Amino acid sequence: METRSQPHIAASIGRKKSKWNTIIEQRYLFLMSLPFVIWLFIFNYVPIWGWTMAFQKYKPGKSFSEQTWVGFDNFVQLFQEPHFYLVLRNTLAMSSMSLVVGYTVPIVFAILLNEIRLMAFKRTMQTISYLPHFVSWVVVAGIVTKMLSTDGGIVNEILVGLHIIDKPIQFMAQGHMFWGIVTLSDLWKEMGWNSIIYLAAIAGIDPEQYEAAKVDGAGRFRRMWHITLPGIRPTIMVMMVLSIGWLTSIGFEKQYLLGNAIVQDYAEVLDLYVLNYGIKLARFSFGTAVGIVNTIVAITLLLTSNWLFKRWTKESVI
Amino acid sequence: MVMVGIVTIYPFWNILAISFNEAMDSVRGGIYLWPRVFTWENYKQIFMYNNLIVAFQNSVLRTVIGTVLGVFSSAMVAYVLSRKDFIARKQMSLIFVLTLYFSGGIIPVYMLMRDLHLMNSFWVYILPGLVSAWNIFIIRSFMDGLPISLQESAKLEGANDMTIFFKIILPLCKPVLATIALFIAVGQWNSWFDTFLYNSNSEHLSTLQYELMKILANTTAGSNNADLARSSNPGISAQVSPESIRASITIVATLPILIVYPFLQKYFVKGLTLGAVKA
Repeated sequence: METRSQPHIAASIGRKKSKWNTIIEQRYLFLMSLPFVIWLFIFNYVPIWGWTMAFQKYKPGKSFSEQTWVGFDNFVQLFQEPHFYLVLRNTLAMSSMSLVVGYTVPIVFAILLNEIRLMAFKRTMQTISYLPHFVSWVVVAGIVTKMLSTDGGIVNEILVGLHIIDKPIQFMAQGHMFWGIVTLSDLWKEMGWNSIIYLAAIAGIDPEQYEAAKVDGAGRFRRMWHITLPGIRPTIMVMMVLSIGWLTSIGFEKQYLLGNAIVQDYAEVLDLYVLNYGIKLARFSFGTAVGIVNTIVAITLLLTSNWLFKRWTKESVI
Repeated sequence: MVMVGIVTIYPFWNILAISFNEAMDSVRGGIYLWPRVFTWENYKQIFMYNNLIVAFQNSVLRTVIGTVLGVFSSAMVAYVLSRKDFIARKQMSLIFVLTLYFSGGIIPVYMLMRDLHLMNSFWVYILPGLVSAWNIFIIRSFMDGLPISLQESAKLEGANDMTIFFKIILPLCKPVLATIALFIAVGQWNSWFDTFLYNSNSEHLSTLQYELMKILANTTAGSNNADLARSSNPGISAQVSPESIRASITIVATLPILIVYPFLQKYFVKGLTLGAVKA
């Protein structure tokens, strides 16, 4: 017995020792990264711990153990509130609109941009199209408001000039137009930027394929359809899964900045709801519950789309 | 294509034209491509307004500090995670990856800032977003492409990991670091929400975008109401209209980025592609 177990112990000691040796050897690597891991825990993981608030009747100034636990009361209350469904409708409406538009247009834009033969013109167009991505939503909201305004807004002037409408429309005060305005401003801001990834994918397609198609007598549109599109298919799929995953995290910036009291019923999204209830009215527990519902919806969407994607292409994104 | 170009560029051009037009004249409308009555007055006015100068300084400060610290720390973590022999590599990567999918949400973060006494402080602009997993992974995938033999030979000559990082890896990573620097800088320069949420009670900590947001919020609801803007911004004299003020602040808030980004374009296109493929 004794002798038989001996080598085993020796081996395990040896392994331990070597592990410690590696750690000591790599002490600089630990030194370089550990502070940031701790950092990450504080700023990213501690807030997740804050989710416990959703199951409490949180009272500021009391310690964690003194809070009263209420179970799912906050969630029940949330699902009973009709306003929540209005907000959910707005969130899903705006995010699916921007999903469809914001996902397809950049692909088309990239393909068309790729067809431009004049390099200088192509470069200029690219540079211009990325530009709005770099300005803040505050600036974009200002620009959009200005362009759509009733006195001197270019959109109204053109529409009136072409006799499409008789008198200027107060775009920003029309609830039913708000979703469209948000979607189009988002498109204006991000179209060029989102096309970068497709342009890169197109650049990776073997030029010989185009030559061969040309020899076979394929015209421009046939080449786009039969070579460019299939060539960037993997990229298109990955981007689709990612955009579905981001569906509910559309944020609130554009809605907050473009919205106003008149269009409130169309502009309020989940995150704004959290802001208005949770922070302004100090209903912290309720607001956290809304946030959790938002995250759960987002993760469900992400996992579902990833699962579908896996079934179609035998690949996984996450 | 030309149409797309025009639609993209015109709004900026128009704002620029308005910002150089005489304020009272702008109210009449009809400024499209060129200012009708050219003046520097609008810019002079906003730079006389004390709050805006403070806000401008804060924006510059947070952009510079945030970018330098952010790039440096992301690069350092990225280097550690790029080392295939690092013993805690998998576990540490996982910790960073998870943050891409989970976040606590606005309220828990808000409470955390309050508990850490970061409310009404400049550091709330810098600390929470210092290390972002996304940036780290972009830098790491760039580092993965570097030849490993460089590190091995440095090690044989007795360099430790820290020296390798500073002397060999950092200089080689310039292109990707430029990309990340641009991303962080743009994010810092453009953000207004943290000012709104955490620092709206401290005027000396205001930022340019937040000031612009306030002016915007004052003028969107109705038509251009000069009285409203004047009463809420008493520092601005009567010869300017909110519209021209808004236009000139918009230009000030946008110009730094417009100047920088064409130079960095070739880098960020590469960086973005790298990140998206890996993600």
